[in-house]
Amino acid sequence: MLFDNYQTENFFDEMFTADGSARPHYQGVSDALNAVTAREFCDKQNAVENAFMRGGVTFTVYNDSQGTERIFPFDCVPRVISAEEWDVVERGLVQRLTALNMFLHDIYHEQKIIKDRVIPPQYVLSAKHFRREFMNFEVPKDIYAHICGTDLIRDRDGNYLVLEDNLRCPSGASYMLENRNALKRTFPELFQASGVHPVNEYPSELLKVLQFCAPANFAGDGAPNAVLLTPGVFNSAYFEHAFLARQMGVPIVEGRDLVVRDFKVFMRTTAGLVKVDVIYRRIDDDFLDPSVFRDDSLLGVPGLVNACRAGNVSLANSIGTGVADDKVVYYFVPKMIKYYLGEDPILPNVDTYLASEPSDCSHILANLEKLVVKSANEAGGYGMLMGPWASKAEIEEFRKLIEANPRNFIAQNPVALSRHPTWTGDQFEGRHVDLRPYILYGEKIVVTPGGLTRVALRKGSLVVNSSQGGGSKDTWVLKK
Amino acid sequence: MSTTAREEVARHKQSNVMLSRVAGNLYWMSRYLERAENQARLIDVNLQILLDFGQIGAETLKAHWLPVLRSSGDEEQFFKLYNTADNESATDFLTFRLENPNSLISCISNARENARQVRDQISSEMWEVLNDAYHFIQGASAKKIWNEGASAFYDQIKRFSHLFQGITVSTFSRVEGFEFIQFGKYLERADQITRLLDIKYHILLPKASDVGGAVDTAQWHAVLRSASALEAYRRYYVADILFKKVVEFLLFDENFPRSLKFCCEQMASFIHLITEASAETKISEEPMERFKVFCGRLSKLSVDEIFNGGMHQFLDTAQIEVGAIGAHLYTSLMYHPPVDLQAEIRFQQQQEQQQQCL
Repeated sequence: MLFDNYQTENFFDEMFTADGSARPHYQGVSDALNAVTAREFCDKQNAVENAFMRGGVTFTVYNDSQGTERIFPFDCVPRVISAEEWDVVERGLVQRLTALNMFLHDIYHEQKIIKDRVIPPQYVLSAKHFRREFMNFEVPKDIYAHICGTDLIRDRDGNYLVLEDNLRCPSGASYMLENRNALKRTFPELFQASGVHPVNEYPSELLKVLQFCAPANFAGDGAPNAVLLTPGVFNSAYFEHAFLARQMGVPIVEGRDLVVRDFKVFMRTTAGLVKVDVIYRRIDDDFLDPSVFRDDSLLGVPGLVNACRAGNVSLANSIGTGVADDKVVYYFVPKMIKYYLGEDPILPNVDTYLASEPSDCSHILANLEKLVVKSANEAGGYGMLMGPWASKAEIEEFRKLIEANPRNFIAQNPVALSRHPTWTGDQFEGRHVDLRPYILYGEKIVVTPGGLTRVALRKGSLVVNSSQGGGSKDTWVLKK
Repeated sequence: MSTTAREEVARHKQSNVMLSRVAGNLYWMSRYLERAENQARLIDVNLQILLDFGQIGAETLKAHWLPVLRSSGDEEQFFKLYNTADNESATDFLTFRLENPNSLISCISNARENARQVRDQISSEMWEVLNDAYHFIQGASAKKIWNEGASAFYDQIKRFSHLFQGITVSTFSRVEGFEFIQFGKYLERADQITRLLDIKYHILLPKASDVGGAVDTAQWHAVLRSASALEAYRRYYVADILFKKVVEFLLFDENFPRSLKFCCEQMASFIHLITEASAETKISEEPMERFKVFCGRLSKLSVDEIFNGGMHQFLDTAQIEVGAIGAHLYTSLMYHPPVDLQAEIRFQQQQEQQQQCL
């Protein structure tokens, strides 16, 4: 019995309660896995990894054609979320994205939230991704962030907390879909009794969102022409770009495939120039248009911003959404929810300190060895200090960085992330996990029932990022 | 289908277009895989005929491999890497060296890399075959295949190519992309068949009196096998391997899918479909006419005329004609020179200024 020696230790375990019994929504999975031998589990785990390799669900370690290719590690034990829990998560995410979009509209227009002193002006105006060039610009349907991936964690008591919002080009949705396919092939019997919500609507929902936000002046016969703009085949998320484009049936284009003429965007096809109406861009603002932003960017399309301003092409996500996932602005999201919606946040933030507030700053500097420090605009687990696990030298380095530029840092109390049984090669052990659900904002806000559960595969590690030894799991939301 | 359902479909249907870059990727994907298949057969057959000769000296071995190395123009690169041409160095170079742009590993990597750039366009099954082939050859080495049987290895490469073609036919819609894939395939095949015949032309027989002798026959036998044509030839001309008949079969047979004539006719028909589909793009007519003339010549020429005019010269001409039409379509439809970024930036910034003046 594979779970016989399993220890929850002093953490919130997703599958087992502290006394070692399976939680009701995990009963089916726990029984089924207990009936599997270690040998069988290994075989299945290998089969999945081979399937990922065959399918090219890989990333290149070195950026050339000879580079070693690796799969993103996948763990076959699914993460299960009960209908009741999901109901809360879903409402919380809809509430949050609604408020964030209202915030984006507001700060690019009247800036009432600043005038009403809910957020100090300097935090917004100094945000790296605030695009003052887009003040008073009307985005189609007034939607700024169409695609959002919000990172959730659970604390020692099992409460869901928001760790960060990703409102620029959140990635990982393709792994949510591929992980499901992989697990269905490997453990078909697990699904039969469980009643799991499918996730495979995501690409068609995404396409609907893209078509919904077509420019107001779009007047074609059929559907608007949507394309996915990728930085190219060497980007580590290229697999995802190609996957989503294929699932949606839209062309995947690189900057060099597009050209702007008369403030309209065209793709260069074998039949000449064809107009593009909506761009699902997987390139950051800075690289979108070398005639406006970074002029050394070879990835973007000169003139794209002009076309966008002229209302001839829509971008998803819109330009300038990054201001809302700045980690300092994150601190104010609960206040935004209260301010715009008059509601209490359903999903709370992690307790956060702002280094730019003098009182918080002295607390941070006095407690560096106890806190997690994050740069305001880094992603992927970079630019971070994990105080309790850091060396003296690292702590001192961050002390200098914070003192030099307090605006760029926040600190949080470390959260003892929940753990989940995870295969270690010969048995199951608890490993820390987070959850990234995907939220789409079109005609209405839709949360895909599932998401990407990332797992820190190294024993004891709290860092789940794939760049730092993280893997992923299939994520089930059970039907009511 | 009800009206609303039809409207629903229409609402979701995007205009059906193909990026030039995508057309180019499909074309090269197809060419590289076809090249790999031909190359695999060529190496395999050459290894096998050497077995028939029993003990042979280093000089004979070298004389045997040199024309093969020359056929793809990689001789110079070869001697940078090895001192002498023997079975091991030749197979290593032709199969596993990335320094050789026409080695199997280069061809398969390039086919896959082109496919990777258009993964959204091809079926998952097509992609998986190329990906499998890539991992297969990445995991092999000259040493390993010598130990485990070279033939089985090259067979597997050929199977990947055949599998890919079968899957393409059964999973790829008959739209523009298909035509570029097929055009690329037949172009590469036409080119390869001329190179194959040219190799035989260059392989010197030990003595002049050997023409028509056992070695000569064995070599023509090998040429047919290299073109996967032995069985088809036999069905047609019964058992005798007569070099004139072999040349005639490989150049002019109407029905054999690897003959030069067959390939050129297929190319012509796909060119027609491609230019029809992209009628809005202006393509210069002159090279198309020229290719038509060449195809016409293929229908009229006899083997004797070719021998009289010089076989090598004819094969050279054929390679040039086939290459020229390929280059013409590539530059007209599949390739856009990169934009001059700085000029484009200036242009867009000026446009914006003018907009603000209005």
